[in-house]
Amino acid sequence: MTDTDTRIQPKKTGLTRRQKRRLSRAAQYAVFVAAVIAFAVTADWGRLQNQFAQAHIARQLFPDLITVALKNTVLYTLSGFVVGLALGMVIALMRLSSVGPYRWLAGIYIEIFRGLPALLIFIFVGVGVPLAFPSIQYPGGTYGKVAVALGLVSAAYMAETIRAGIQAVPKGQTEAARSLGFSPARAMISIILPQAFRIILPPLTNELVLLFKDSSLVLFLGVTLEERELSKFGNDLASSTANSTPILVAGLCYLLITVPLSLVVRRMESKALKEIR
Amino acid sequence: MTQPEIRVQDLHKSFGDNHVLRGIDLEIGHGEVVCVIGPSGSGKSTLLRCVNLLEEPSTGEVFVGGTEITDPDVDIDAVRRRIGMVFQQFNLFPHLNVTENLTLPQRRVLRRDKAQAARIAAENLARVGLSEKADAYPSSLSGGQQQRVAIARALAMGPEVMLFDEPTSALDPELVGDVLAVMRRLAEEGMTMMVVTHEMTFAREVADRVVFMDGGVIVEDGTPDQVIARPRHERTRHFLSRLLDPAMAEVEEGTSDQVGKPAQ
Repeated sequence: MTDTDTRIQPKKTGLTRRQKRRLSRAAQYAVFVAAVIAFAVTADWGRLQNQFAQAHIARQLFPDLITVALKNTVLYTLSGFVVGLALGMVIALMRLSSVGPYRWLAGIYIEIFRGLPALLIFIFVGVGVPLAFPSIQYPGGTYGKVAVALGLVSAAYMAETIRAGIQAVPKGQTEAARSLGFSPARAMISIILPQAFRIILPPLTNELVLLFKDSSLVLFLGVTLEERELSKFGNDLASSTANSTPILVAGLCYLLITVPLSLVVRRMESKALKEIR
Repeated sequence: MTQPEIRVQDLHKSFGDNHVLRGIDLEIGHGEVVCVIGPSGSGKSTLLRCVNLLEEPSTGEVFVGGTEITDPDVDIDAVRRRIGMVFQQFNLFPHLNVTENLTLPQRRVLRRDKAQAARIAAENLARVGLSEKADAYPSSLSGGQQQRVAIARALAMGPEVMLFDEPTSALDPELVGDVLAVMRRLAEEGMTMMVVTHEMTFAREVADRVVFMDGGVIVEDGTPDQVIARPRHERTRHFLSRLLDPAMAEVEEGTSDQVGKPAQ
């Protein structure tokens, strides 16, 4: 045995690798099953159904749920997205400018609006600005107000996304365009931006999902019945019916939009991964 | 030879402390094919990129077709239309198909109409032998095909001068020949060409002149026969022997100032 003594002997532990794996999995399932059983036993199902799933109250929500609330949520979100995209684009280009003050301004904007809660910006735009400048009228009333508020919030994020997208386009693309005689601006528009947007389509769509949820902040602005979106609508009807079913239904409406969008994003991302050879 | 197509005068270029070009004087006549060879880091690519101002020279002048392009008041976009450039990494526009790669620059830069741009694109694709790939996207082409499309794209702009920056260095060896064949044809058609390359066969057979650069200066400049077959300078000989017979090179404690003195 003198020879083999120098070799390292595998240390014997109590369990083999397979046993450890089985044990770990069994423990996780056990916790899960216990939690489900505990919830099923302790929950007051009658009360829950009464509070969240009243069919007659749910029916009462139609058609306004769709024709007013969902429509407004979509409108607020899309208009905010358009404003945010346009402003974000400008800020991204400023951030990449060769002129110092533009870069600083864009940097300051991004830091401020990424650092503030969206709600604060909503109140500022919806309440503060009209009080401070009575002469300013938002075009489109509440719609304009919301578009500006959501746009200001999302522009900061989108600017960073767009900047990253532009910088992700290889330098050789700019050089090829310039060597063909494209001016810097034309190279940016015809060659760089189309490629940048292809790269940032997933994160931009994610931003759209975030905006759908942020549009609920309209709740804190005074809006007319016709201007209510999903959250405000659900909240109003929940208090008028003294029941939470409208909240649940409004929530489902959000998911109806955000879940498919998220799936689309995941699809685009896996497709983009495949394209990188 | 009347006025040279390209004239470089006392060109210097530094990146920070790194003095890459240390006084380059070079003239390339109309219809001349000049191959620039030299070890990596010798500044040959930088010199080429200075000729269409992709790199801004630190000092010195560059004239192309009689225009001083280093003049800050010159319309560089207009000058670049006369200078075609082919890159080592092809740099095709991946979001456009082959035909669009050729037509978009013509339409945006030269303001040619759709039909004319399409016609010229088709002509130049035929010139590089890739008519059947007109609708393909760059990512579906081999490296050699991409490079030929890149050459066609440059040619579609009707340049008077073509610059090639190591056009075959990123290619698999079996694909090099197709690209060189296109370049050889172009040379025979009388195009003024400046080619940074490691392809000695091409330099020997196609070039009118070979320029050997090392350490940011032109060491030797002459016919292929003079520079490649009978180099006068030790540095050129050393470089060529390593290039032509890499398996015979010996380990040396090479720093750039030692290049040229064979290891003991």
